Amino acid sequence: MKVSFRWLSDYVDISAPLEEVTERLTMAGLEVGGMQVIGAGWNNIVVGKIVGVDAHPNADRLRLVTVELGKQQSTVVCGAPNLTIGDNVAFAHVGAQLIEGDSGEVIQLTSARIRGVVSEGMVCSEKELGISDRHEGIMILPPEAPVGTPLSEYLGDTILDLDITPNRPDCLSVIGVAREIVAVLGGRLSIPEIHCEELESAIDSFVSVEIADPDLCPRYCASLLTEVKVGSSPQWLQQRLLACGMRPISNIVDITNYVMLEYGQPLHAFDYDRIHGKQIIVRRAEKGETMTALDGVERTLGQDMLVIADKERVIAIAGIMGGLDTEVTANTTSVLIESANFNQAAIHRGSVNLRLSSEASLRFEKGLSRDLPVVALKRATELMLELTGGKVAKGVIDVYPGKRQVEPILLSAAEVKRLLGMEVGVSEIVRTLELLGFGCEQTELPSSVRVNVPWWRTDISCTADLVEEVARIIGYDNIPTTMLGAPLPEHESVPMLALRRKLRSILVSCGFQEVLTYSLTSLEVMSRISPELQLTGAVPVKVANPMSRDHEYLRTSLRTGLLSVLARNQKYEENGIRLFEIGKVFLPQEKDLPQEKEMLCAVLSSSQGGLSWRGEAEPVDFFSAKGVVETLLSRLELAASFETGGDESLCPGRGADITVGNDKVGVIGELHPKVSEAFELSGTAYLIEIDLDKLESSAGGPKKYEPISRYPSTTRDIALLVDEPITHEQVYDIVKGFSLVDQVALFDLYSGEQVSVGKKSFAFRIVYQSPTHTLTDEEVDKVQQQILDKLARELGASLRA
Amino acid sequence: MVLNQLEELTSRAFDELGKVTNLEELEAWRIRYLGRKSSLIQILRLLATLPLEDRRVAGARANEVKKTFEARLAEKKTSLELAATLSLQRESLDVTLPGERVLLGRLHPTTQILDEICHIFQDMGFQVVEGPEVEWEYYNFEALNMPADHPARDMFATLWIDFETEAGDRPMLLRTHTSPVQIRVMEKSPPPIRIIAPGRVYRYEATDATHEWMFYQVEGLAVDRNITLADLKGTLFEFARRLFGKERKCRFRCDYFPFVEPGVEVAIDCFVCGGAGCRLCGNSGWIEIIGAGMVHPEVLRRVDIDPEVYSGFAFGMGVERIPILRYGIDDIRLFYSNDVRFLRQF
Repeated sequence: MKVSFRWLSDYVDISAPLEEVTERLTMAGLEVGGMQVIGAGWNNIVVGKIVGVDAHPNADRLRLVTVELGKQQSTVVCGAPNLTIGDNVAFAHVGAQLIEGDSGEVIQLTSARIRGVVSEGMVCSEKELGISDRHEGIMILPPEAPVGTPLSEYLGDTILDLDITPNRPDCLSVIGVAREIVAVLGGRLSIPEIHCEELESAIDSFVSVEIADPDLCPRYCASLLTEVKVGSSPQWLQQRLLACGMRPISNIVDITNYVMLEYGQPLHAFDYDRIHGKQIIVRRAEKGETMTALDGVERTLGQDMLVIADKERVIAIAGIMGGLDTEVTANTTSVLIESANFNQAAIHRGSVNLRLSSEASLRFEKGLSRDLPVVALKRATELMLELTGGKVAKGVIDVYPGKRQVEPILLSAAEVKRLLGMEVGVSEIVRTLELLGFGCEQTELPSSVRVNVPWWRTDISCTADLVEEVARIIGYDNIPTTMLGAPLPEHESVPMLALRRKLRSILVSCGFQEVLTYSLTSLEVMSRISPELQLTGAVPVKVANPMSRDHEYLRTSLRTGLLSVLARNQKYEENGIRLFEIGKVFLPQEKDLPQEKEMLCAVLSSSQGGLSWRGEAEPVDFFSAKGVVETLLSRLELAASFETGGDESLCPGRGADITVGNDKVGVIGELHPKVSEAFELSGTAYLIEIDLDKLESSAGGPKKYEPISRYPSTTRDIALLVDEPITHEQVYDIVKGFSLVDQVALFDLYSGEQVSVGKKSFAFRIVYQSPTHTLTDEEVDKVQQQILDKLARELGASLRA
Repeated sequence: MVLNQLEELTSRAFDELGKVTNLEELEAWRIRYLGRKSSLIQILRLLATLPLEDRRVAGARANEVKKTFEARLAEKKTSLELAATLSLQRESLDVTLPGERVLLGRLHPTTQILDEICHIFQDMGFQVVEGPEVEWEYYNFEALNMPADHPARDMFATLWIDFETEAGDRPMLLRTHTSPVQIRVMEKSPPPIRIIAPGRVYRYEATDATHEWMFYQVEGLAVDRNITLADLKGTLFEFARRLFGKERKCRFRCDYFPFVEPGVEVAIDCFVCGGAGCRLCGNSGWIEIIGAGMVHPEVLRRVDIDPEVYSGFAFGMGVERIPILRYGIDDIRLFYSNDVRFLRQF
């Protein structure tokens, strides 16, 4: 909401400096988001009066204008068509800064010889002064403009750009802002009384109003003017509209807009003679009903929309926009002025559904006071009488089915203290509320007051609302700062938070960069994680109003986001890339919110030739990925096993299921080449995916300390020959099963020329240790023999010669 | 006789000393010529058996030889040590060669700041809870005092889920703020409550350098008897002080959110201009960081908490804004496009 400081000064005498006004308003909830000074550069520009207009000796289109400037006169060359002796104008002396009419650039006025005549100054258009874009003629100032006075003194203004919160539609008006200024800075609010001289004939004889749907229209008021002369409105009125960002149209329309800006009540003027049947009906639209609005667009209306109709058709979409048919035109002679109150939700819904909003709808949808229509109507009528030369019918139409009693609110000093944490005495409470126009009555209770809410405040309905009023007038900066005291709520631990934190920290130390990717993606991207490029599983949760097709479905896997990010980063990263994300995936559920499942996904891609002076880096392969999973799980005190498996995104035979206990908690493996291709990855990538919900439920019990043996250990290396299908795990489990075996580590794996076909060799280093004594060679030999016997018996393994 | 022996010994010793090339050889030379079993020491011992006159002459000579040996030993030692140092210097490392790369990842800047925020509030006794990202309209709006067609809903451009009830309503959405977690917590647990709720939120919003349709928020809620606006002010000022440093000024002004009353906006003085007004702060000198207020009595009533007995405060803040301000990041879209060159900087 743009508010002119000059206009505000009509209602309140502001003595405080501008900075203080904006600061106090902002602190009290009316944020001043910006400020614009009109006339900041108007040096050397004064009010002048045209006292002579003569022909230019050498040009038909130019004239010589003589302007009276108080103590002096000046004659300049001017090309404007609207030069009339006696008019007051803005006169720029040489040296003034002006906006060049054609180019829009700021120029400094210099003395010029135009077609042989020296011109020491200029008569200005609105555009040249930076007031508006109008440049067809010079700006004519009102007759009362003081000749000789600097223009900035007479017309200069500061426009405040206020961010009005949706609860304060009363402040979408100059008077509303003036009330706030009085409340925060003191002073007296003076709103001029309204005087109208009415005709003998009563308005009822001209028009009737019926509210068919009172639930959507609590009040409808109207007045009628005849014999109006439609024309342009006076300069001062146009100036104010322009200052507030509205375009002047005609005196009638300008007055409705002016009063809307002044009081916050939207008004509408109908051409009375075009209202069929002299009847106004406020009702819901009928099915299929259409109307062409003032913007020239024909719209089909919904049955839940409120309209203003005459006997035959819709003439306005209530609270949103008037119809073209009943628009006030140059030929209009009688106008019906509407000033009504409409249901805020209905206006909001209508505006959203029609995708049409207006200054009126923006106010109505926030809920305006039901007391406002009559006040604003009278003000508009007064101005119309004054400025259009019309006559007004006696009385106003006032259909008011929604009249209600507003109950006073009881407020105690104790309640103020309970919510604010500071002691505010009753007299102080009364003082602050009265500054805002609230009425306060003493009650039988000593420290309470009965508060009557002023009619314009639609946002106050409970004690908390009043407490805020008290607080913002005292000033939030005067509220003390205290810390919360005891008692603390009982702590409920959320294991997932701890798990997530732990996993993140382990992965980061394993060289993984964390990424966070969008939760929404497209079906096309989702299908890339299967080699057949087909979606498997249930249809993902869909957004009804997506911003783009790329972000239409909720992700069901973290893979899509992570692989896309990997592909993007491969374009400029030479070294191997390791990425992970911990986040939610969304699985659809029947008639319920989707299941939000916490997942971990990580990818590793091989180096593309990142060089080091220390020699080549370790290659990235399945076992690099597996090492990460093993590290993760062992840090969580979980024993995992890996079985050939994996899923569709992985290369057959190069993927595995990760199992903890009896639960499959995830997969690991080399990415399927088709998937790699679909994501445009270069090189081979390895994927790890773990279901954190499952991990959390299998998380081990409390840790227990194991004593460290005080006796020396004995190390033996063995090389075993086994059949190709025998797995490492089979051998390892047998060896590790012996009680004196403390550690087993594979240090070589061989198959090839040195061993027979179909065989492979495992070389293990076994560390023997006893917690109770120093092992003798004989003891170790004995156990090792038992191990070899068991391996031979169960796996057909033999010692490699 | 003895003198001859000494001459011969000296000549031999000097000869050998000349061939010594390192400290170990020098030590062997010392043992050989000055050690307890050396010829020189034996000669010195023999002196006692010589006639007095001979003893005087030979003794003087023998001691002279010993002193000479010791002097030459020290001399040689110094020169060898010097040589060793010089040779080490010749083989010195180029310490400017790059160290071996330690593979360490980093947390996403959003995670880092979330951790930081959560820590501060956890220190003040707040517990971290989470809620669903796909929500019912009820939790996102209605329960927060924003019934259908409430004008404040316009502050939250919503992404709706394609899900219709039999009645034809579309009540499922991507939460537009973390505030629905307040309702879920209050429905479940009686006061005292002191929680924060971090998480993703979504808006129907075209993206540009300052707008993103997905971002993170942290919600806070404290409900108990006698919780006041002064407590809210104390809590948030302390938070701002810990997060932004004690030199930052904090502003607490009246603002409006439908689910709180009184409502508050917390701002800090601008990092860049220090309050004088610049582009970052839109010339106001202040940067809004938190929306807050006392929980609206209607909101409490809806979850069966008696607003005449209990009171509470709630607050919410955007998360990315903090690193954006702190590091001068000029485009919010960098956060979730995950360019490693960006992520690696934090």
